[in-house]
Amino acid sequence: MAIVELRGVSKVYPPHEKGGSDVVAIDDVSLSVEAGDVYGIIGYSGAGKSTLVRLVNALERSTSGEILINGRDIAGLPERELRTVRLGIGMIFQQFNLLGSRSVAANVSYPLEVARRPKAERTKRVAEMLDFVGLADKARAYPDQLSGGQKQRVGIARALASQPAILLADEATSALDPETTHEVLDLLTRVNREFGVTIIVITHEMDVIQTIASKVAVMDQGRVIERGDVFDVFSNPQQPASARFVSTVVKGIPSADELAVLRGRHPGRIVTLAFRDNAVDQARVFGEFARAGITFEVVFGGINEVQGRSFGHLTLALSDAAATDAPTTAGPGGTDRIDAVLDRVRTLTTVTEVR
Amino acid sequence: MESLIELLPQLWKAAGETLYIVGLTLFFGGLGGLIVGLGLYLTRGGSLLANKPVFVVLNLLVNFVRPIPFIIFLAAAQPLARLVVGTGIGNNAIIFTISLAASFAMGRIVEQNLLTVTPGVIETARSVGAGTGRIIFTVLLPEALGPLILGYTFIFVALVDMSAVAGYVGGGGLGNFALLYGYRQFNPIVTWAAVLLIIVLVQLVQYLGNTLARKALRR
Repeated sequence: MAIVELRGVSKVYPPHEKGGSDVVAIDDVSLSVEAGDVYGIIGYSGAGKSTLVRLVNALERSTSGEILINGRDIAGLPERELRTVRLGIGMIFQQFNLLGSRSVAANVSYPLEVARRPKAERTKRVAEMLDFVGLADKARAYPDQLSGGQKQRVGIARALASQPAILLADEATSALDPETTHEVLDLLTRVNREFGVTIIVITHEMDVIQTIASKVAVMDQGRVIERGDVFDVFSNPQQPASARFVSTVVKGIPSADELAVLRGRHPGRIVTLAFRDNAVDQARVFGEFARAGITFEVVFGGINEVQGRSFGHLTLALSDAAATDAPTTAGPGGTDRIDAVLDRVRTLTTVTEVR
Repeated sequence: MESLIELLPQLWKAAGETLYIVGLTLFFGGLGGLIVGLGLYLTRGGSLLANKPVFVVLNLLVNFVRPIPFIIFLAAAQPLARLVVGTGIGNNAIIFTISLAASFAMGRIVEQNLLTVTPGVIETARSVGAGTGRIIFTVLLPEALGPLILGYTFIFVALVDMSAVAGYVGGGGLGNFALLYGYRQFNPIVTWAAVLLIIVLVQLVQYLGNTLARKALRR
């Protein structure tokens, strides 16, 4: 059973000014997150990701639709009852949101105080959590004495103090530098593996999804436009918006500018081939070129790895070795022979002729 | 100078009365200001208890009372003082009236200080299941404590200022002393003695406030 399930959920805000039209932040979204998943939700700023994640712990109330947490619909619950639901859902934030008036230990203890756990249990749990995030020596420090990465680790310790089954991460690494980002992502991966916590990660950084998520949903203008296995969405995005995201991390297809440069350098034909783990045999593709006597040069490309599987694109500049030696034995520029090879290669993978 | 020495017992008595008036008004006005300020903060659009009608009324009330010069407010609020503390004259009447005026002035300061608390920490408290009451006492007030202490220190000076006109409604204090024995008897030394005492008092309180605020802000 899904641990978090949204069914036809919408969130509509009243117009900003009188006479304006309603603002639809979330538009009929359905989503299902299985227990143990690390589920990524990605989209540009303003796509509705942050609103969507706040519907899960009801910091924002939905306008319509069902929000099932462990099978229980929380969409219509009164605020008082939501408090117990929220104890089972941890949340971390882009700006960390630590209480500056409390020490690190007191910050981690806060959810336990809210849950009215006895003092002895709180002390024990706080020590465990600080140990887990590697900040046991900072228990008495105050947030303004910590670095960004340390603050987020305290945020994680605090979010997990009450042993929630679900963790919501709202742009949790967006304020951190790349190295610290990876420290925090490693920690989140441990949270998922060691505690079995289901994590929903909101981000605009594809890199974050690539590093920790197993499934991903792409949001655009309040809708989920594409979802699925991270490998599938990365290697073969179906929607233009998803493709744009993917291209920000998956270098492989030359942009228009890069193409112009390539064209200037290589007068012959240029093709881009798609490679996908388990689906396309690189050795066979290159074998076809070699057998036909077509020489090629890799002029652009990238092979990426997601969840242990690789995919990517290679752009080749082709030339017909035989045609260069004896121009009369083939058509102009060896075009026919190249076409023949490309036809065979097309049976193996996707070929895009670059003009 | 001799007259000042003769007046010393009255001076000390007046100083004691000022402390009495200012101390009690700081307590009652401070409490009132906290309530008004929290009311403004909590009922503002998008806040925890967002309620537009309540906010609009409260906001208007504060804007209505604050600009009234205190000496006029003192006269205007006299019937109300009679109703609440049973008398329109004397120290108790002035304590009531200053507390009332200070509640609105301080309410605005409290509201401004609470607005400096980042909405994110409020949201975080909500995300772990904290209710509004708990958020007020465990997040909102502690997070704004440093600026709040400075705000109360600031209002202290206003209280001393307001207490100076107590003599008009039969109250005592240093203001009354300076007018009665200094100004009206053409004795500037006596007036300046009262001024000096007030300066010392304000300096002491400002120092105390700064120290406490620094402690709360850990800077």
